[in-house]
Amino acid sequence: MTAPAFLQIAIYLITLLVLAKPLGIYMARVYQDQSVGLNRCLAGFEKLLYRLSGIEANQEMRWSQYALAMLSFNLVGLLAVYGLQRFQDLLPLNPQALSAISPDSALNTAISFVTNTNWQAYSGETTMSYLTQMLGLTVQNFVSAASGMAVLVALIRSFVRRNSIGIGNFWVDMTRSILYILLPLSLLLAVVLVGQGVVQSLKPYQTVSLQQSLSHSSSNQPDDNLQVVQQTLALGPAASQIAIKQLGTNGGGFFNVNSAHPFENPTPLSNFLEMLAILLIPASLCYSFGVMVGDTRQGWVILGAMTLVLVALIFVTVSAEQNDNPTLTALGVDQIASAQQAGGNMEGKETRFGIVNSALWAVVTTAASNGSVNAMHDSFTPIGGMVPMWLMQLGEVIFGGVGSGLYGMIVFAMVAVFIAGLMIGRTPEYLGKKIEAYEIKMAAMIILIPPFMVLGGTAITLMLDVGKAAIFNPGAHGFSEVLYAYSSAGNNNGSAFGGLSANTPFYNLMLGIAMLFSRYWLMIPVLAIAGSLASKKIVPVGAGTLPTHTPLFAVLLIITVLMVGALTFVPALALGPIVEHLQMISQHSLTGSL
Amino acid sequence: MNNYLKPATMMLLLFTLITGVVYPALVTALAQTLFSGQANGSLLKNQQGQLIGSELIGQHFSEAKYFWGRPSATAPYPYNASASSGSNLAPSNPALVDAVSSRIQALKALDPNNTAPVPVDLITASGSGLDPHISIAAAEYQIKRIAKIRQIDETKLHEWLNAAIEDRQWGVFGEPRLNVLKLNLALDQAGHFENER
Repeated sequence: MTAPAFLQIAIYLITLLVLAKPLGIYMARVYQDQSVGLNRCLAGFEKLLYRLSGIEANQEMRWSQYALAMLSFNLVGLLAVYGLQRFQDLLPLNPQALSAISPDSALNTAISFVTNTNWQAYSGETTMSYLTQMLGLTVQNFVSAASGMAVLVALIRSFVRRNSIGIGNFWVDMTRSILYILLPLSLLLAVVLVGQGVVQSLKPYQTVSLQQSLSHSSSNQPDDNLQVVQQTLALGPAASQIAIKQLGTNGGGFFNVNSAHPFENPTPLSNFLEMLAILLIPASLCYSFGVMVGDTRQGWVILGAMTLVLVALIFVTVSAEQNDNPTLTALGVDQIASAQQAGGNMEGKETRFGIVNSALWAVVTTAASNGSVNAMHDSFTPIGGMVPMWLMQLGEVIFGGVGSGLYGMIVFAMVAVFIAGLMIGRTPEYLGKKIEAYEIKMAAMIILIPPFMVLGGTAITLMLDVGKAAIFNPGAHGFSEVLYAYSSAGNNNGSAFGGLSANTPFYNLMLGIAMLFSRYWLMIPVLAIAGSLASKKIVPVGAGTLPTHTPLFAVLLIITVLMVGALTFVPALALGPIVEHLQMISQHSLTGSL
Repeated sequence: MNNYLKPATMMLLLFTLITGVVYPALVTALAQTLFSGQANGSLLKNQQGQLIGSELIGQHFSEAKYFWGRPSATAPYPYNASASSGSNLAPSNPALVDAVSSRIQALKALDPNNTAPVPVDLITASGSGLDPHISIAAAEYQIKRIAKIRQIDETKLHEWLNAAIEDRQWGVFGEPRLNVLKLNLALDQAGHFENER
């Protein structure tokens, strides 16, 4: 790896960790109803929202009520996004006169955005009207992120409360997440991004003349050469959506190629900021967790464990992508990194980002359940593409989605203390709460559902012709395309091996089901755990208590996450990226010997 | 159930207003006031005031007198800026090898004397299909050809190219690169390289 590569990775990680503490403290204050400046100006407005909606803000909810509020809010959102797509041809702000979207695609997209997945079977600039992007997709970017944050806050609260039946009020947690955290950060980021060149306009697509005209033959009349003298530049209210797509770990691009598009991510600086925005809130929430449970070391341990795994995988991916493709070397292609070029595997990557920023983004976006891309993952080297896939398969707990990543990781922490408890023969405790059969049953469900969706979905799809027909690349890589799709949908990530033609009724439905289950079948047991923990008393720290604020516990936590991930997915990975890698190496030794 | 659906509906309506109408409208207003050039696509105009492209979006070049950009996988023709797309070809896909071979042949056909290895970004499709940039190596690979066709002194062209390099942002971020459309616009500007011979 080159010196500029090390430098850019170091700057990224340091900036992230430096910002985690102040933002973490701020968010903890927001959720604990303490003064944060902003709420002095907006408190009246917040109260007005509750009054208009008929919500009693001080009313405590039991876990089941909290879950019902969250589910009904998400259900209404799903219907709204579906309706907007189905009728967008009749609605205003559709300057390109785009037609209504088919039922299966509209359903898939609605599920995708409500579950914070942002899997996109459609292509933004040729499908979605400005109105659908704003009223449907941008709104869900905010509220799906806020739903995840609310569930996390309820879980954290349950550790602090004793003998309580309530775990907070969903409406309040959700509203505060948007008003005081997501909205101000998005506004700031959006304006800065426009300064770098991200478009933000409601005008129709802009036509410009080409410097050199070109001719191409259309598929229906192959003999007729059509002369192209103009370029049509897709525009739209992009910056406002891109800011929240990154901050809320949503990841759904405004344009088809997401943040590889120069209008979505024009400069290396915009790239840095968008990448920072992906992990900013998930990292800071770890610190908020520490503050809210009254021991910041608990937050640092979790953040430390996440960071260690992240750093290791960043180096694996950057090195893999910097390697040359042996078949191209044989053709006389220069793939060696130098001051003159990034080198490496540049297929599907942008010149301004090169190898380092494309590989770093791929790791960051799949560590978080963001799923936006700035390079085409389908064209990554076998190992470079396996890392993002595996990060999703780990259950999106290495940072993960806003809220959802940390509640997933806290569940893993409970499993870790449970395993340790079995070894030393004591009742496991976490943060003063006894972890008993009920919690572990729920935790098992949370950990097992996503692999079931991923492996089951892949298996069913590969048995059916309608599933196999969508595969683009031949051989082991084609298998990886399907496995990647279910890993992404089954863990609410949203990135893709984009060669797969997934906009078919079969895939729209299958992946839609995977997204729904892996979002709500996790959220509901998490809330059930919160309800159970809140009702327990707090046991004082004793001689048999496993300390959970130590580096030793961080290691135990990492091992637990990796063991579950590795044992579950290594057989499947062996059939895809690992085989492909071995084939590529054998090619290498072949050309080397010639 | 009405206890939940009514607040859910009202909350969604209110947040649709806040985050779906007011927020994008506010960003649009700020963007159009503070950065109107960038917000509308960083458009380039010629002296006659005609719009001739965007600084951020590449165009297709296949004539020998121009610098070529990254291959583009957009459909139905390259650099279609209303339908961005990458190729999604895997490194193990034989179709990638075929595409790369034919691109190398096209470059060599215009400049048979050039035996240097071809820089990788010049023969691999970009992620967006709209990449406006090439690496310094990719530009230098094409200098001899362009100097010869345009009858410009090679050293002069080289110096001019060096001056056009966009460095890493803030000296740190991204990769050094050259904007293909801007290079070619400058090359075509009458008188730019006159009195060379």
